[in-house]
Order: sequence, then structure tokens, then C-alpha cells
Amino acid sequence: MAAPGRKALLDPLFENNPIALQVLGICSALAVTTKMETSVVMCGAVIFVLTFSNFFVSLLRNNIPSSIRIIVQLTIISSLVIIADQFLKAYLYDISKQLSVFVGLIITNCIIMGRAEAFAMQNRPSLSIMDGLGNGFGYSLILLATGFFRELLGSGKLFGHTVFPLATEGGWYSPNGLMTLSAGAFFIIGGFIWALRVWKHDQVEEEG
Amino acid sequence: MQHSVGYTILFAGLICVACAVLVSSSAVSLSEMQQANAALDKRKNVLLSAGLAQPTDKLDAARVQELFRTVKPMVIELQSGEAVPDIDPSTFDQRKARNDPDASREAPPNDSSISRLPNHAVVYQVLNESGELQMVVLPIEGYGLWSTLYGFLSLDADTRTVRGLTYYQHGETPGLGGEVDNPRWKARWPGRLAFDGAGETMIEVIKGQAGPPEEDPHRVDGLAGATITSRGVTNMLRFWLGENGFGPFLKRLRDTRKSS
Repeated sequence: MAAPGRKALLDPLFENNPIALQVLGICSALAVTTKMETSVVMCGAVIFVLTFSNFFVSLLRNNIPSSIRIIVQLTIISSLVIIADQFLKAYLYDISKQLSVFVGLIITNCIIMGRAEAFAMQNRPSLSIMDGLGNGFGYSLILLATGFFRELLGSGKLFGHTVFPLATEGGWYSPNGLMTLSAGAFFIIGGFIWALRVWKHDQVEEEG
Repeated sequence: MQHSVGYTILFAGLICVACAVLVSSSAVSLSEMQQANAALDKRKNVLLSAGLAQPTDKLDAARVQELFRTVKPMVIELQSGEAVPDIDPSTFDQRKARNDPDASREAPPNDSSISRLPNHAVVYQVLNESGELQMVVLPIEGYGLWSTLYGFLSLDADTRTVRGLTYYQHGETPGLGGEVDNPRWKARWPGRLAFDGAGETMIEVIKGQAGPPEEDPHRVDGLAGATITSRGVTNMLRFWLGENGFGPFLKRLRDTRKSS
């Protein structure tokens, strides 16, 4: 793989993570990560939308009149989101019910708009696909890790299978209720950002 | 790059057409599957609400079909509570009827933000082997915090004792109001009494924890962090069990039980 392609694909994982460094897409990262199952499906939907929106925006980048470029990007993104939502409703009905409005809200996920405007408008389609995939994986990495801790600590389960038997059901584990609330995700994501910045010191913002 | 106004309008038009074609073709081609899913899900929820199936059961289409044998859907007229045998319950769409001016009326003022009431409604009677009525499952709906919640309330044949409550569609906050789907919360409902001795609707979702059904029959635990959704549940139960909801139908059931 060519160097810029690899960079576009791998950088968003740790070097330039959309959630941990750019602090975008927090809304859905808080909302859907109470369970692994919903996190996985949400990640799939975001990767799909992000990759294709980057691809289409990049393909049209030289033809989009700059005065209406934002609305054109939004039109493409929202069409892709609706398609993703329709597929989930047809093939993964139960999960799409749990995700409820948050699939639709991918439209307003800043990562997607951000990558379209910041990357796909300037780069060729193949590279934009890599960037879309990379940012999708970067987003998913945080989402899945958050979902892992929230489901495990909040309800003692992983993918709905009991790992820690709950005290209320005859086991030993008293679940941490904070983890099932959105605020719990703040602590976990904050912890990730801290750990990442200890590891990669240059991500620390300069003071004042 | 500068583009002429004509080009900009043409470009916008083409993008709209292309996106519209994509979106509508995916929606049309998948709608059959989605409707089948929704219908199956509705039946599943009738079964779950009535306690005929457990949330942990593997419920595929064939199993649902089989369990649904003891369930008899029936169309009733809401205001009189009378059965309407002319309308086929499998094709009757209550939500469509509600929005059809010829098949609905304006709802009286209520706390559930229900603006229109259909003239007819589908209720499900659960029978035992010998055809005796065990339970009735009533469709309910009402506003929570963000969305209208749609669900089913199951009452025992005595028309007072709650046997289950499930929601099959809502847009409440996952983890907060969305916990109306939580099996542990739903397990708090069976055994509660919806009416007091005088026939007044008494059921209420409170803030905090309620006692076991034997000691605290009219109250149910609230959902933590979801006061408004909890209140919405109370409001919609009171509405649908009241005179504008299924009150007349339940009264009829009580009367036939007394006379038989």
C-alpha cells in the first residue's frame, strides 16, 4: 500500500483519533455504547456512511459549486444514512429498534461532515476511501472499547451473555449504575483520552 | 472555482434526483421485509405482554405463529366497547384509522398528547385450551419525553390484574426512558391492580421504588433518570383504561363474566 494511503488509513486510529483527539462524534459515543451489540451495529453503519460519503464527495469534488458545497455534502450524507437505516430495519430489526434515532443522527455526526469537508474535498477518491475507513475504524475503536467497559461493568454482560453474575440474580456482582448512564461514557472516554496523551505526548494541547 | 448560477442550479437538481432515486428505491425494495419484521414484532410483543413467551425465548417466525394460535384478535368499537365482527383484525390498521377523519374522532383533552382517537381498535383475547378467556391484551399509546410510545397492556380475565406491559416502539433516550424495554422493570408489572375496588383507575408509576404487588398493588417503580417517561406511562395507562379508552370494553367483559 502506498504511504499516503496507509497514513490515511492508520493515522485516525491513534495519532489523530476522531473521538480522542478531535473530540468529534461524542454524542453517539455516549448514547449507543451501553451494550456491545448496539455499539457494533452503530460502528458498522458509521463506517459505511463515512467511507461512501468520502468517496462520493471526493468523486464530485471538482464539480461541486463551492457556494452550495456544504448542502451537497449533507444531501449525500443524509441519503447514505437513510439507506443504512432502511437496511438495518430490514435485516437487523431488533437492534435498529434499540438504536432508534441514533442511526438517523449519524447525519449530524461531526466526523462525517468534518472528513467530507476537510479531506474528501481535497483528495482523490481512493485516498478518501482510506481516510473514511480509517476514521470509521478510529471511531469504532473508541466506541467498542467504551461499549466493552460499559456493558461489562454496568450490567455484567458482554454481547448479552452474562460474564459477571449479578447479585440481584443470585451472583456476586453489584453493577455500577453509572455505567448504564450516558455520564459513565464520559468517564471512560476521558480515561482513554488521558491514557492516549500519556502515551503520545504531542497530543497534549499547549496551555494558555 | 467559480461556477455560473445556471450550473449551480443544474448541479443541485441532479444531486437531488440521484439521491432521491437511491433513497426511494432502497425504501421501496426493503419495505416488504420491514413490514414483515414489524408485524412479527407486534405479535411477539402481544405474546410477551401476555406472558405466553419469555424474553429469553428464541422467537422465530414459526414459533411466534405457533404460540399465537391461542390468541384471538378482535376489532371493537371504542366508545361502546362492542365487538365489530365485520372488520378483519389482520388487515385493520389502527394507526391509519386514527389519522383517517372518517374513521376517527378528536380525542378529549388528556395528558398523553393523544390528539385523535380511532373509532375502532384491535384487542387480543387469550384463550385456554377449552376456549375460556384468560387474558385480554390492549394496545396503548401515549407521549413520553421525546416520542409516542406504543405498547400492549395485558389484563387478567378479571379485568383488574395487570399481567404484563410491553412497548414495541418508542424513541425515548436509550439507557434512561428507553429502559421501558428493560425486562427487570417489566417484571415489576404482573400482579399489580389497575383499578381499585370501586372501579377507578389507580395504577401509577412512582418516583423511587414501590413495594411488592401484594402490599403495594397500585404503584410501580419509576425509571431512574426518566421522570417524564415514567409519568407518560402513568398517563397513558390511565387514559386507555378510562372511559375514552378501553373502559367500555372492560366494563362489558366484567358484565358478561358476572352473568355467566
